[in-house]
Amino acid sequence: MVRSPGHIIVFLLLAQCVAAKQIIVCPGCPIVSVNEAIKVAQHGDEILIRSGTYEEYGIVIDKQIKISGEKGTVVDGLNKGEIFTVIADHVEISNLTIQNVGTSYTEDRAGIRIRKSRNFKITSNRLINTFFGIYLEHSSYGKVAGNFVEGEAEEEMSSGNAIHAWYCNQIEITDNEVRNHRDGIYFEFVDSSYIKGNLSEENLRYGLHFMFSNDDNYFQNVFRDNGAGVAVMFSKNINMWDNQFIMNWGKSSYGLLLKEIYDAEIVNNRFQENTIGIYVEGSTRINYRNNDFVQNGWAIKISGGCLDNAISQNNFISNTFDLSVRNNKNKNLFDGNYWSSYTGYDLDKDGIGDVAYRPVKLFNYIVDTSPESMVLMRSLFVDLVNFSEKVSPIFTPKNVIDAKPHIRPFKRKAI
Amino acid sequence: MIRVKNIYKSFDRNEVLKGLNIDFKPQSVTAVLGPNSSGKTTLMKALLGMVLPDKGEIWIDKLDVRKESDYRKLIGYLPQIARFPENITVRELFEMISKLRNAPANSETLVDYFDLKPFLNKRLGHLSGGTRQKVNIVQAFMFDTPYLFLDEPTAGLDPLSLIKLKDLINAEKKKGKTILITSHIMSFVEEMADEVIYILDGQINFNGHPRQIISEYLANSLEEAIAKVLHGLPDIGQKNGQQNTRSTIIRSFKKENIDD
Amino acid sequence: MIRILKYSFFDLMRSRWTIVYCAFYGILTLALFGLNSDISKVIITLMNIVLTLVPLIAMIFGVIFYYNSREFVELLLAQPIKRKEIFIGQYLGVAFSLSLSLLIGLGIPFIFYGILSSTEIFNYLTLLLVGVMLSMIFAGIGFLIALKYQNKIKGFGIAIFTWLFMAIIYDGLFLLLLAIYRDYPLEQFSLFAAVLNPIDLSRILILMKLDISALMGYTGAVFQKFLGSQLGMTIAFATLLMWVIIPVSGINYISKRKDF
Repeated sequence: MVRSPGHIIVFLLLAQCVAAKQIIVCPGCPIVSVNEAIKVAQHGDEILIRSGTYEEYGIVIDKQIKISGEKGTVVDGLNKGEIFTVIADHVEISNLTIQNVGTSYTEDRAGIRIRKSRNFKITSNRLINTFFGIYLEHSSYGKVAGNFVEGEAEEEMSSGNAIHAWYCNQIEITDNEVRNHRDGIYFEFVDSSYIKGNLSEENLRYGLHFMFSNDDNYFQNVFRDNGAGVAVMFSKNINMWDNQFIMNWGKSSYGLLLKEIYDAEIVNNRFQENTIGIYVEGSTRINYRNNDFVQNGWAIKISGGCLDNAISQNNFISNTFDLSVRNNKNKNLFDGNYWSSYTGYDLDKDGIGDVAYRPVKLFNYIVDTSPESMVLMRSLFVDLVNFSEKVSPIFTPKNVIDAKPHIRPFKRKAI
Repeated sequence: MIRVKNIYKSFDRNEVLKGLNIDFKPQSVTAVLGPNSSGKTTLMKALLGMVLPDKGEIWIDKLDVRKESDYRKLIGYLPQIARFPENITVRELFEMISKLRNAPANSETLVDYFDLKPFLNKRLGHLSGGTRQKVNIVQAFMFDTPYLFLDEPTAGLDPLSLIKLKDLINAEKKKGKTILITSHIMSFVEEMADEVIYILDGQINFNGHPRQIISEYLANSLEEAIAKVLHGLPDIGQKNGQQNTRSTIIRSFKKENIDD
Repeated sequence: MIRILKYSFFDLMRSRWTIVYCAFYGILTLALFGLNSDISKVIITLMNIVLTLVPLIAMIFGVIFYYNSREFVELLLAQPIKRKEIFIGQYLGVAFSLSLSLLIGLGIPFIFYGILSSTEIFNYLTLLLVGVMLSMIFAGIGFLIALKYQNKIKGFGIAIFTWLFMAIIYDGLFLLLLAIYRDYPLEQFSLFAAVLNPIDLSRILILMKLDISALMGYTGAVFQKFLGSQLGMTIAFATLLMWVIIPVSGINYISKRKDF
């Protein structure tokens, strides 16, 4: 079926004219359940669910309708199954509290599932203890906004994602608050979409996860205290700006993981107190500009196979290690960043240090080979070792160098 | 009552005291004499509990020196080298010692007596050796203690102060105090001491009243008598048939102690 | 003990060197703020200085103070005071005056630059606490060394070597061992080795504040447990306290058996 925008508008107007009626659901009303309401509803109808708890699951929405709730409207699946499954276009679900789908090992249950649908709108709902919160599959032109999704995930293997998108395109995920799931937001084969203004925290694995997705943007989001902040893997043209990656701690934890990605812009982000600010593996043509790396264990860790990464005008402030480069054959450019551990001088007062800065210290290498030596960090002996290496570099790569280190940090406007 | 029973003390391999026994005569001035490094100061320090004997017992007024510290309330001590904390003043020193001992001090009279008033507010580091010794004397005498231990009290004193010191010692003796002195100035000892004990080879070599010693050794002064003791004792003894006298002194002394 | 503490404390607080020491930290901190007004950067620089210099200076102070007060100690020993009170009191006097100088020297500039309303206040407090602990520990070690070695040159030599060893050589050997045996699990060993050296331990306490993000990147479970929990902090502080107690009981032990 081929649809043009003209068709849609005509269709909408028709629906509106023919039967724009409102169906009320409440415990004392003629219609007491959501399922019943949907049965009697026509295309274009609105269902208003009055305040109260409705113990229902397996609600299939196969018509173009709008469902909304009042304050205190709860749909409780009693841990028995998926609650809403949308298989029609132009469906809107808003202002509902949807809870308790229960865990099943044979199916991925969701609070709201959108399947093969277009132009959906999921707004201002609360999804509590839904295995998957909002599950989008083979859908497009949809909006997920202002929802609060909280799970009870304890183990990666037995938990779902808060907002999960699979084979989708042209969707918008905005201003949601997601927590305590496996991944906060998950994109697999999702193209030309954007993620904006969300708060994703305390998720077991990633705050945001891209797999095989291209041409997406995410910006103005906050990722805090997740297993790892954001993972972008096997994707192209993903741009990231104005995000905050905060307090992602752990043995292999990072603010941002880039793995096998191409052509990305990473601009104006803040990476604070992560074990690793950005971990890069096999990624090419990435620009890192105007980011702040503050108090991370490693600001950036570059593993093998990275080409043409350009790192410029970033602030590196009080990180334990600014940079770790596993393979010094990589050609990456460091140019004109501010490094708080730079000890050079600026005699000609042009704001740029007169001596080049080497962000890789010998001690980085020592820690990489025997991690226990971490306990010797900042000791006088290690300072001496670093100093002698600085005077005559032997182990640290000669080409990893910022030739124009800034003397003062770049000023940023608040995100 | 000070009683020293069979004390031994060695520093490294150097045996200083080897089974020394003595009861100090109460209410009199006893001078402890002996050649350099014979153990005079060691004995005095042992009495104060500063040197810990390897063996033996010391009792002061029935208090065991090895176990107690309170008995030192009974003792005024004048150390050999008077060096004090440099940053405090003379007045503060007196106040401090008085507070440390928790006892009233009679420092004003003694300060006047030794003309120390002008120095009261001076820091100890700025004083001359003689003045420091006077300060040292004041701090030793300023408590009304039944025992006074004076290690080289005359060091650095001018003649006038020396006379004052002697008067002071005599006055204290009259009050019935037991005073121990070490000194190299034999005239001073001869003048002041009621009893002399001579330490040699880690033991009491002899003891007695200075005049008694002088007469027994047919000397003109204590100094000469001691010189004779040290150098020509056997000869003198044989010539004068007085070997017995010396041994009598020692023997009687030893006997006395062993009998206890 | 309080009396002795008070006297040595006030004696030292008036001493030129204490004032120089205090002024040194004050000027240093002000200079660092002059170069860079970022409080966290100043704290990191100061941490390096505190970890290196405080042990050295505290130890030297301990040694000098003991050697300089030897005669005064003799005077004290003659008073009715227990040895323990004299030496522990003196030690505490040194340790407190050093700590106070450090607190004043580091404190005033920081207050001036607004530490009280800064988010760095806990890092700063950790720095101060560690500085005080190191002062206590190394003043004690210095005092102990001086008490043990009568010979000043020997005493100073041993003190400086002790510092060199703990501040640099120890870490060098440690790193060498880690490099040689890197194929073995060394997690427990390295924690143990770090805890054994008070300088390393203090450093780790500060790291746990400043570099926790990096420390959490280490994979070992024991490490995670130690560094990431209240338990680690508690053990670290308990061990530091033990490090204060060791030299203090050493002082007590040696002073009880020493002749003066």
